[in-house]
Amino acid sequence: MNETYRAFAEFAQTWGLLYFVGIFLCVLVYALSPKRKREFDEAARLPLSED
Amino acid sequence: MAQPGSGTVTSGGASKKLSFGEGGMAGVMALLTILSITVAAKAFTAEYAFHAYLFALGAIVTLFAVINNYVDRPATLPPLEIDGKPNYNFAPVKFATIAALFWGIAGFLVGVVIAFQLAFPMLNFDLPWIAFGRLRPLHTSAVIFAFGGNVLLATSFYVVQRTCRARLAGYLAPWFVVLGYNFFIVIAGTGYLLGITQSKEYAEPEWYADLWLTVVWVTYFLVFLATIWRRKEPHIYVANWFYLAFIVTIAVLHLGNNATIPVSLFSPKSYIVWSGVQDAMVQWWYGHNAVGFFLTAGFLAIMYYFIPKRVNRPVYSYRLSIIHFWALIFLYIWAGPHHLHYTALPDWAQTLGMTFSIMLWMPSWGGMINGLMTLSGAWDKLRTDPVVRMMVVSVAFYGMSTFEGPMMSVKAVNSLSHYTDWTIGHVHSGALGWVAYISFGAIYCLVPWLWNKREVYSLKLVNWHFWISTLGIVFYISSMWVAGILQGLMWRAYTSLGFLEYSFIETVEAMHPFYVIRAIGGVLFLAGALLMAFNIWMTIREPEAEEAGDRLAPAMAPAQ
Amino acid sequence: MASVSTGSVAAKKSLWSRHAFFEKNSIWLVFGILIVIAIGGLVEIVPLFYLKSTIEKVSGVRPWSPLELAGRNIYVREGCYNCHSQMIRPLRDEVERYGHYSLAAESMYDRPFQWGSKRTGPDLARVGGKYSDEWQRQHLADPRSVVPGSIMPGYPFLAQTPLDAQHIADDMKVNATLGVPYSEAMIGDASADLHTQATTDADGSKAFLERYPGAQIRDFDGNPAVISEADALIAYLQALGTMVDFKLYDDKANIR
Repeated sequence: MNETYRAFAEFAQTWGLLYFVGIFLCVLVYALSPKRKREFDEAARLPLSED
Repeated sequence: MAQPGSGTVTSGGASKKLSFGEGGMAGVMALLTILSITVAAKAFTAEYAFHAYLFALGAIVTLFAVINNYVDRPATLPPLEIDGKPNYNFAPVKFATIAALFWGIAGFLVGVVIAFQLAFPMLNFDLPWIAFGRLRPLHTSAVIFAFGGNVLLATSFYVVQRTCRARLAGYLAPWFVVLGYNFFIVIAGTGYLLGITQSKEYAEPEWYADLWLTVVWVTYFLVFLATIWRRKEPHIYVANWFYLAFIVTIAVLHLGNNATIPVSLFSPKSYIVWSGVQDAMVQWWYGHNAVGFFLTAGFLAIMYYFIPKRVNRPVYSYRLSIIHFWALIFLYIWAGPHHLHYTALPDWAQTLGMTFSIMLWMPSWGGMINGLMTLSGAWDKLRTDPVVRMMVVSVAFYGMSTFEGPMMSVKAVNSLSHYTDWTIGHVHSGALGWVAYISFGAIYCLVPWLWNKREVYSLKLVNWHFWISTLGIVFYISSMWVAGILQGLMWRAYTSLGFLEYSFIETVEAMHPFYVIRAIGGVLFLAGALLMAFNIWMTIREPEAEEAGDRLAPAMAPAQ
Repeated sequence: MASVSTGSVAAKKSLWSRHAFFEKNSIWLVFGILIVIAIGGLVEIVPLFYLKSTIEKVSGVRPWSPLELAGRNIYVREGCYNCHSQMIRPLRDEVERYGHYSLAAESMYDRPFQWGSKRTGPDLARVGGKYSDEWQRQHLADPRSVVPGSIMPGYPFLAQTPLDAQHIADDMKVNATLGVPYSEAMIGDASADLHTQATTDADGSKAFLERYPGAQIRDFDGNPAVISEADALIAYLQALGTMVDFKLYDDKANIR
């Protein structure tokens, strides 16, 4: 295992992981926030209320 | 070209003007005709000249159709709304639906032929055009890109109009997408038979077919996006998210994996800019995400519209659909290297591929749960409506193959399964069980809606289709599981003295009975599809439902 | 049916003023998708180009000779990758069955790569030299005449079709543009080299072997009258996996 690989792996396993967890949390907050519940309920009914 | 638009309204005295699209299309087609004829005249090979003539023919026919349509059409283009209601453009959707049926049956048929070739090799007849090596890409392209692609075109153009309450953007553009895409299929398919191929799995078409597809695909993207911009609804329904991810990502993958330099404008042959190990990585980045975005994201979009619509209840959890959307597209893109375990690809890339493939299990099952639970409170429909049953079983197959996939991506399992028919079995549990079944379900829903019929001609026949093809799938995947695992074990079997126990040819001979069973499974699946074609044909021939409002009724009442 | 949902009636008034924002929403969605799918691809693909350890240091790997390249293009044309892999994995049974596991360096000039994904037939990464030309000829023409249980299609037409290699120099030129070390001389003499390799008594054999060390010169299809597609394909097959001398190769130096 050479140095480049080690440095690369170390970066991925720390900052990379944090970054992905961060993004995932953003998606969770967006999807689960009670503020948007009404909005999503409306959107979910879109296919059913056609003219 | 068929008449674009259906509900046109003439407005008396307005003088007729050539639209920008008509003028542009006519000009481009005229240029393409000249270019194609020049290429045909100087082509290095007869096969390539044949393709150039096909291009010339297509361009001339299009040119005349555009002019003809201009002469015949009323002065104004079809209005976006009639009496305050969207004036939907369903003609291209109808074309793509019928094309999907046609290519589906052609693709299944070629699949059956090559399955029999593997069981009885004399069926290759020593002819170049129908040897297994040329027919197998024809089968994979026909079912994935021709059948699957037309299902995606039809449903995406239908769903985006319905959920945005807006007419499809463009006048000629939707037709260009649908007809141009099918022309690509013809070029690709005839090319394989004539020996024009890049021999990159699932990306076999050569450079000029790829260029043509790029133009068609960019138009597709613009039509889809512009339709979303026309929407009357504040929200973009989640199915459209999946369609958009499918369209955008396939564009990126297509460009990356087909970055080639042609030997000459007059040669069908090109060389890819990536080589060896890099080419392998790019290829499977493409290959696995063709599965992830063409065969998964696109068909999840179908699931998110057609299942709620058919059972008449909103999707189980809209929030789950958002979370699993982002997780799915983010994780899928990493999974490619699991096709290259234990190869000369560096270990770090293999490990990444394996890790993300295993994580992918979760968002996949998020989608499955969302699809299945949409039926909560309406489980009786599983018994009463064979179309619902088909779609629900497809989601179950999706769950099964997205469990099997991560398992096979574990290196220890992969060392046994790779290169064997287990992979073929896995692919077909996804392709036949998930992709084809959700497509069949969508077509059974879509055809009565499009042609304004109360219901398909015969739900009984749908039921037969379901059971015959399910039996076919069971034959197919169980025989391939056994064949694959058996072959993997035979390859690595040692005698007590430490020698390899079987020669390679012994492992080939051991496959014979399973190849026969597989071919029979394929015949059953094909038979089911033929029943479907008959059923759809009869549905279209039925008298129309009395009013448009009648159309939605059957979806809400339990079927008899 | 209910014509418009209640939500859109409420939003109707402000719809136009917010139209631009909605449009942006879909653009943001497209950008979001692009960013999310770019990450995985970039992280996995880009390092392969600059990490030196990706391709092992070995000697002996040379670009395909014109005849071998033409043969490779026939291999590509017939879709052999559908049933044959060219990638031996470092597993005990594979190494014993097929030979030393494949190195990335061995396919570094291959466009496209032909590692394959299925072994309906055996791996071909080291098939070069394993069978005689005569065996290859018969096997291609009628596989079951030499391997009774084989399920391979027959390719009798290869020996009957003259090789169309008029433009082989153009093919090599494109490869050179992409980084394959074909010299000016190699491209200039491509046609002559192709003939030299397929005939036993040609004059240029010494110069040819200097350009393509280790290449095999003979009449591969057993028919001196014509250079056939079988000539080219067999020349390619006989060269597969023969370029690296594994007696000299140091496994441990290249652990990745």
